Amino acid sequence: MRTSAALFFLALSGCAGGGEPAAPEAKEIVIGQYGSLTGPEATFGISTKNGIELATEEVNTRGGIAGMKLRMVVEDDQGKPEETASAVSKILSRDRPVALLGEVASTLSLTAAPLAQNSSVPMISPSSTNPKVTEVGDYIFRVCFIDPFQGTAIAKFAYNSKNVRKVAILKDVKSDYSQGLGQFFAETFTGLGGTIVAEEAYAKGDLDFKAQLTKVIATGPEAIFIPGYYTDVGLIAKQARQLNYTGLLLGGDGWDSVELAKVGEDAVVGGFFTNHYSTDDPNPTVQDFIKRYQAKYGQKPDGLAALGYDAAKVLYSAIEGVAADPAMAAALGDRSSTPATEESRKKARAAIRERLTHIADFNGVTGSISIDANRNAQKPAVVVEVLRDAGQYRFVEAVYPDGMKAPTAAPAGGTVEGGATPGAPAPGGASAPTEPAGAAPAPGPTPTGTK
Amino acid sequence: MTVFLQQLINGLSLGAIYALIALGYTMVYGTLQLINFAHGEVYMVGAFVALYLARWTGVVDNPSIPGVALVLLGAMAFCAALGMTIERLAYRPLRKSTRLNILITAIGVSLLLQNLGLLLFGPIDTFPTIVPETQWEPMVGLVIRSNDLITLGVTLSLMLGLRHIVEKTQMGRAMRAVSHSRDTAAMMGIPVDRVISFTFALGSVLAAAAAFLVAMDKHVIKPDMGAMGGLKAFVAAVLGGIGSIPGAVLGGFMLGISETLVSGYLASTYRDAIAFGILIIVLLVRPSGLLGRHTVEKV
Repeated sequence: MRTSAALFFLALSGCAGGGEPAAPEAKEIVIGQYGSLTGPEATFGISTKNGIELATEEVNTRGGIAGMKLRMVVEDDQGKPEETASAVSKILSRDRPVALLGEVASTLSLTAAPLAQNSSVPMISPSSTNPKVTEVGDYIFRVCFIDPFQGTAIAKFAYNSKNVRKVAILKDVKSDYSQGLGQFFAETFTGLGGTIVAEEAYAKGDLDFKAQLTKVIATGPEAIFIPGYYTDVGLIAKQARQLNYTGLLLGGDGWDSVELAKVGEDAVVGGFFTNHYSTDDPNPTVQDFIKRYQAKYGQKPDGLAALGYDAAKVLYSAIEGVAADPAMAAALGDRSSTPATEESRKKARAAIRERLTHIADFNGVTGSISIDANRNAQKPAVVVEVLRDAGQYRFVEAVYPDGMKAPTAAPAGGTVEGGATPGAPAPGGASAPTEPAGAAPAPGPTPTGTK
Repeated sequence: MTVFLQQLINGLSLGAIYALIALGYTMVYGTLQLINFAHGEVYMVGAFVALYLARWTGVVDNPSIPGVALVLLGAMAFCAALGMTIERLAYRPLRKSTRLNILITAIGVSLLLQNLGLLLFGPIDTFPTIVPETQWEPMVGLVIRSNDLITLGVTLSLMLGLRHIVEKTQMGRAMRAVSHSRDTAAMMGIPVDRVISFTFALGSVLAAAAAFLVAMDKHVIKPDMGAMGGLKAFVAAVLGGIGSIPGAVLGGFMLGISETLVSGYLASTYRDAIAFGILIIVLLVRPSGLLGRHTVEKV
């Protein structure tokens, strides 16, 4: 009897211990990211993730938002549309994030965007440049420029700065990004008076591009525009040189990866592409970011890392604004699923969306970011030249969208120390002033070449 | 004209690779009536084994003819062992079950190897230059590269070697007997299991050679290179008449050249659609492929 009583008390006390109201679970705000952490575009996803991580850490070391830490949930989509759909569904249903960040590849952002839109979850694509992405709905944003602008920038650069008149285009038949960028380039370039001598396609993942290249080279182009992703571009560049092609190679931001020069070796050196920022930019925001990124990850951040960082920063500033309201802050940190919390979470997400539409002159690493009525970012692009060392580019010129003023304090001329002389500086007629990247006035000395 | 010749060279070197891989499909089909979908992945593994061998043995820093031969033979040996292991573990236990089960197992093995490759090797790797490269330009616009010549040379000598094995050796005779009728061959005292193992090994050796040639020339290898490469080679085998060794060679070269010419003269956007369209037309006219044996299904 005694023993059983003792047992009873023991059990009771055990019970009481368990039932005691535990210290309230530390609330956190969950952000979802999906990206290609493996697969042929793995550096895209990894760089983006690193950039987002850096921004998240920054906020968390400052004490988080409204006393709550930010937590990233990352899913790998392997760079495949089918995996993207399941990765995003998984994040949305399992983690109930307040917002989503991703993807780089436009095709994949286009896969995920309807899912985010239908669940009313704000999604920011750091670097999908195809215009269709944000057209999916009013919850879809981006912090990069779009392909019509990028295509225009590189076409003007080719025509005005490089005096190229005949260009061949080789685009990836499986990619929305590549198709769109190729088309916008062609429109601007022919509009300026140039000729597209050939327009051929390849399938992403192929190893042999000689058939298309033989055909393209036979038409005698002065430049080949390859709006593709780095692995394919590296191979194409190499095989073009093997076929004794000596002209220019041009591209878009899909070239931006340390893998480009590893695959393409000497063949890609001297190629030009449009990018989101330049590591040469003396702007302290940029240099500070590069320093911290390099300390943490041991390599220079590429454009995608910078955009990941900016996307996260823009999102966190919106969340911070929303969290100023205590009721909203509570909703942001509550991930339980009852009709009431679902409703308040929906309101919080809508408030974040609303805040995002008002982002203006946000001082990002990739320049000043203003979200326009179509939820796209208005910002400059830079043209860079590929150098021999993997992931190293030389800044050539910055291109500003119509209506956006170039900084006036920046030094004139695109010549940068430590690199080959760039082509003829843009003549006065070009709407592309040759100045360093970054919309913020960049005082200080002429940027030095990359190390 | 020079453009046409250039495209022909492009097509031949592409076709040689398809032909080498197609041989593996066709030989296995000949003996087992199985489409070994994991064959493309054996080819992929061959490329990575060659890469790691080249790194470990120091051939990367110090290329030499024996070194390159060692890398090539090592990759071949590894793939032979891999091919036999796949057959022993995945296909042999199912040999008595329905054709569909074994086919699905083959797809499973293929996916397993591909994802394992992604895990072990990463998404992409670059293959160093261990075979010196030169090129000649006999006419303006016509480039002949040493790698193309090596690819064709190695392919043709392997095919002659294969022909010798199949036609002139006892094992080759046994292979032909098994492909004619497995049961009868078994009754005649032919060790069917060993012959099938040998067939897998032989096919895998050729796939490894193809992988080496691709890696040497393109310098980029990926765990998913076997998926499309394997599919195209399978198509080549069907085109030539699956089960027929000369058919696989013919099919491989035909597919390579037709793909190149479609890209070069028609529309590169529809390359695969047109190349596969040709396949469908050929199969409509000759259901058993170009050189396939016409067999009447016994009921």
